[in-house]
Formats: sequence, structure tokens, C-alpha cells
Amino acid sequence: MIPVIVIFVYLAIIAFIGSIAFRQGKENTEDFFLANRSIGSMVFFLSLFATNMTAFAILGSSGMAYRQGIGIFGLMASSSCFVIPLTIFFIGTRLWALGKKFGHQTQVSFFRDRWECNHIGTVIFALSAAMLVPYMIISIMGGGTVLSEISMQNGQPLIPYAVGCAVVAVVVTLNVFFGGMRGTVWVNIFQTILFVCFGMVAVIAISHALPKTFAEYMAGLANDPKTKALVTRERIPPQTFWSYTLIPLSSIMFPHMAIMCFSARRMSAFKRTVIAYPIAIMITWLPCVFLGVLGAAALGKLSDPDGVLLRLLDTYTPVWLAGILGAGIISAVMGSDTHQVLALSTMFTKDVFVHYGGHEKFGERRSVHFARGFIVVVTIIAYLVALALKEKQGIFEIAIRYAFSGFAAMAPVMVAALFWKRSTKWGALAATLFVAFTLAGNAALQGSPQKSTPPVMAAKPATNALATIAAATNQSPNVASTNMPTAKPKEDIIWQFGQGADAVKVLSRAPNGDVRFMNNYMTVVPMVFGSAILMVLFSLVTKPPTDKTIAKYFDV
Amino acid sequence: MMKKCLLFLLITLVYTAHQDFWNWHKADPMIFGFLPIGLAYHAFYAIGCAVMMAIMVKAAWPEHLEKDKTEPPK
Repeated sequence: MIPVIVIFVYLAIIAFIGSIAFRQGKENTEDFFLANRSIGSMVFFLSLFATNMTAFAILGSSGMAYRQGIGIFGLMASSSCFVIPLTIFFIGTRLWALGKKFGHQTQVSFFRDRWECNHIGTVIFALSAAMLVPYMIISIMGGGTVLSEISMQNGQPLIPYAVGCAVVAVVVTLNVFFGGMRGTVWVNIFQTILFVCFGMVAVIAISHALPKTFAEYMAGLANDPKTKALVTRERIPPQTFWSYTLIPLSSIMFPHMAIMCFSARRMSAFKRTVIAYPIAIMITWLPCVFLGVLGAAALGKLSDPDGVLLRLLDTYTPVWLAGILGAGIISAVMGSDTHQVLALSTMFTKDVFVHYGGHEKFGERRSVHFARGFIVVVTIIAYLVALALKEKQGIFEIAIRYAFSGFAAMAPVMVAALFWKRSTKWGALAATLFVAFTLAGNAALQGSPQKSTPPVMAAKPATNALATIAAATNQSPNVASTNMPTAKPKEDIIWQFGQGADAVKVLSRAPNGDVRFMNNYMTVVPMVFGSAILMVLFSLVTKPPTDKTIAKYFDV
Repeated sequence: MMKKCLLFLLITLVYTAHQDFWNWHKADPMIFGFLPIGLAYHAFYAIGCAVMMAIMVKAAWPEHLEKDKTEPPK
């Protein structure tokens, strides 16, 4: 009951913040979508971090560390420490400057102007929206599942799934509907503080209650041949480890991240952000990865590895901490969900409604009304889908997994737009269609029947609350996962050259269904390089934008 | 030009340092007694990334983008 009370207190705080933001707001799209480009330095950092790092950093990371070992930190966290600040430094600052100078509020509006195109921008919008929508749906699913699981008493949830989904949908809608970007970023401050503090508090609380010291547990894992892999990186193929450094390129291409970059008051806001970002990632992820591995030593085999952190807290800490964790999870779900809803609303209003004449016809004030109406409609649809497809969460989880590769593969388009004068709209179209085609191909390969049947220990689709949240909110594992620390699942080879030790697996499918390329490279590798090559080739053979446009964007 | 080359070298070095193949199969030494070397290395790597970004901000901040100092309407 206590976790439920803590969560409802949290929800009340969110609604309160939204109402304050509403009172400060103005009836124009610049204010509603970008808080009048007035976000200060510290708030900008906290909000950008919360937008990017969501519940996966807490629950998913510990669950993955339980299964795969400490390598998860290097795979997902430290690669992000390197790539994300650099993309914010090189791309985010330029987006901010161009947005301020020319009034762009979305990536697509910049592309349209930069490449003098119309419908090609719409194609990019459609792909971005298609990759973003599953996120929103699964956030509502995850929120509903967590609320029902956490309120379980005598096998019956105090808050049924449908009510839980409705609570999350209503609070998110109210927050975005009334608060817009201002309400969203204010909530993010609260959320990031919860995030960053949570891991350290959990480590301290658990260390006091454990029967043995951390050192003894880690030595125990290292000295047992069956578990030694958890304190090394043996379970992660080097090709996968390297491939993963491309995934964080997706970060700046996510519409909600790019739109955040337009909202800063001054460019100096980026200075603190890029320096503090790696430290914040480390503080958030390190305790959770460590606790995940510790859980393997302290708790042994778990039927639900993604729940390892909750099990540790349940076993070794007081009930109030579990309540705060619950609030942290819900806040993470809703923090990202609010940004996604707002980003979709911004994109649809600016890139479709305004672009195709809605603004001239209905005016600025009506555009805000349209945006608010869109928020309500899209959330109702997402809620209905969450109810209707409750048993098919796996579909959305896969969609999200590929969204990371998809957005990463769109990064060359952004880089070309910002840094290469000779780039053209046809290059952008070729790269976008290539990304869409490879995503569809991946989905088809993943969905095709397996040649070899995976053993019982092979990864199962995430069907529980925590796994759903993990998949719902952030960087997807995309590494072969198993339920038990010692399981060795089989992979499915789709296309191979040669035999025996010299064989090259051109296309294979990991036990969790992920498609792999050239001996364990992730599909993000050919996607990013293929997109970049097409961008260059098609740009070179097609007519560049007019000198006037090139001068507009490069003679600054 | 020299500054640009040095910064490019710095970024390349930090990127390369992420692929610490020498720690792949090692658990020891345990840093602070309980952090396996592979985990501690990447924790320090994160700090190294922050230092790299501080150097980037100091040496290569794109000041020219801030030329337009008009304040957004309140």
C-alpha cells in the first residue's frame, strides 16, 4: 500500500507542476512547444538528461547486468558518455543556433528549408513519427502494468491494468496539455533528481543490510568458474561491443531530444550540459549495474532477472525505499512519455498542420488549440491500443529496439545538412528510404520462423512489468539475453559463407531474435554506413540547393 | 589548424580507449576491493569523457554560433 501512496503523491505533484506551468504560459506555439526558447542552463541539463535517460537506466540495466555481467556498463553507459555529449556539442548547438535565427522548431522544418524540399520532409516526418509512436504506446502499457503489479494485495491488484493505463494517460495528457514544454521540463527536474539519487541511496541502504561485504560477494563471483563471466566481459562479443558505440548516435536524432535543443535560452546552456552529461550517466548507471551483478551473488537464480533490483530492495531495505523506487519508475515512464507526446504534437502541428496551410487558415492561437487537441486524440488512441494489445507487447518492444538503430542511421542525414554544403534533398531521401527499407527487412527477418529451435533457457519476450518498462523507456539491450546466468542459447544462421572455423555468418539471428551482420555485428553498423554512403552518392549526382540557400546556412 | 588536429587526436584516443580488449577476460584487480577492473575502467572512462568535453568546451566552443544575441521575447 505504501508504494501506491508514494506514487499517487508523485502524480499529484506532477499535476500541480502542470497547473503552475499553465498559468505562466502564453497562447502561441513558440511558447507551448519550446517554452519561448527560454530554458535556463541547469534546467536544460536536467531536462535533457531526463528525456534521454529513462527507466531502463534503473531497472533494465540491473536486469541486463544480472544476465550479462559488468560489460553492460561499457556497452550502454560509457559508450553514451562518449557519443552523446559530442553529438550535443556538434549537432545540438547548431540546431539551437539555426532554430533561433530562422525560427525552426523541428528537425523536419530545418531539413525542408535547408534542402528546399517539401514532400521529402514529409517522408522524414513519417519515418520519425513511425519510430516514435510505439514508444508512446508501450509507455502507457508499462505504466499500467507497474501500477497493477505494485498495488498487488493477496493476488489481486488494487489498481487494475486498465485503470493504471488510464491514470498514466490522464496525468501525462494533463501535464502536456496544460504545461506544454514548460510543464514537461519542470517535471523533468524532479525526475532527474530522483534518478541520480536513487542508485546511490540504494547501494548505501543495501550495503548496510547484506550479511557479507561487497568485496566478499564479488570475490565469490570471480572465483567460481560458473559465474566468473559476470565480473568480466566474456558474454559480450567484441563485435557487438563495438557496434554499440553507434547506437547513441540515435540520441540527438530522437525528435524529443532535438526539439529540446531548440528550447535553450542561450547556447552557454550546452556548455554545462556536455561536461556534466558523462558524470550524470555514470552516477545513474554504475550503482544499478553493480547491484545487478551483486544480485546474482546475493540472490542466486531468479525467474525474473529484470526484477533483481526490486528483489534486492524488498529483501534488504525498508518498504519506503521500494515506494520511492516505484515513484521513480513511474516518473521515468511518464517523463519520457510526456516528451514523446509533446514531440509528436510539435511535429504534427508544425510539419503537417502549419506546413500545409493550417496556420494561415486558422492563426497562431488556433494552432495551439490544434496541438492540444492532437495531444488528447493521440493519447486516447494510445490508451485504447494499450488495452486492446495488452498481450502483444512484444511487437512494440521490437519496434522500439529497431527505432534506436533507425534513428542512429538517420544521423548522417543531419550531419550532412549541417556540415556539407553539397548535400541534397535526394541524398536525404535515399538515406531515409534506405533506413525505412532496412527496418522493414529487419522486422521481416526477425518475424520469420527460426530454423533452429532455441533451447529452453533462451531469452523470452519481456512480459512482466519490469521488462516492459525496460523495453518501454530507453536503450534497448540488443544483446543476446538469457534468463539464467549460465545458459548458452543457440543462434540461427540465415546466410553464411564457408564452413567450420573459417565460416563468415553474413546474417544470423541471436537467441533473442535480434538480427546480426557479419559475425555478430549489430545491424546498426550497415544501416549507419549504408545511409551515409547513399547520402553522399545521391548528393553528388543531383543538383544542390540554390546559392542563396547555401549562403543562408553556411555564410554565418 | 594545429589545435584542430590535437582535438581530433584527443577524440580518436578517447574513442579507441573505449575498446579495452585487455580487460575482456579479467576480473582482478578489484578496485577499492569490490569493483571489478572492467567496471572500474569504464567508470573512470566516463570521467575521462567529461574531461574531454571540458577541453572541447574550452578549446573549440563554437562562439560564432552565438553571434545573434537577441533575447527571445518574454
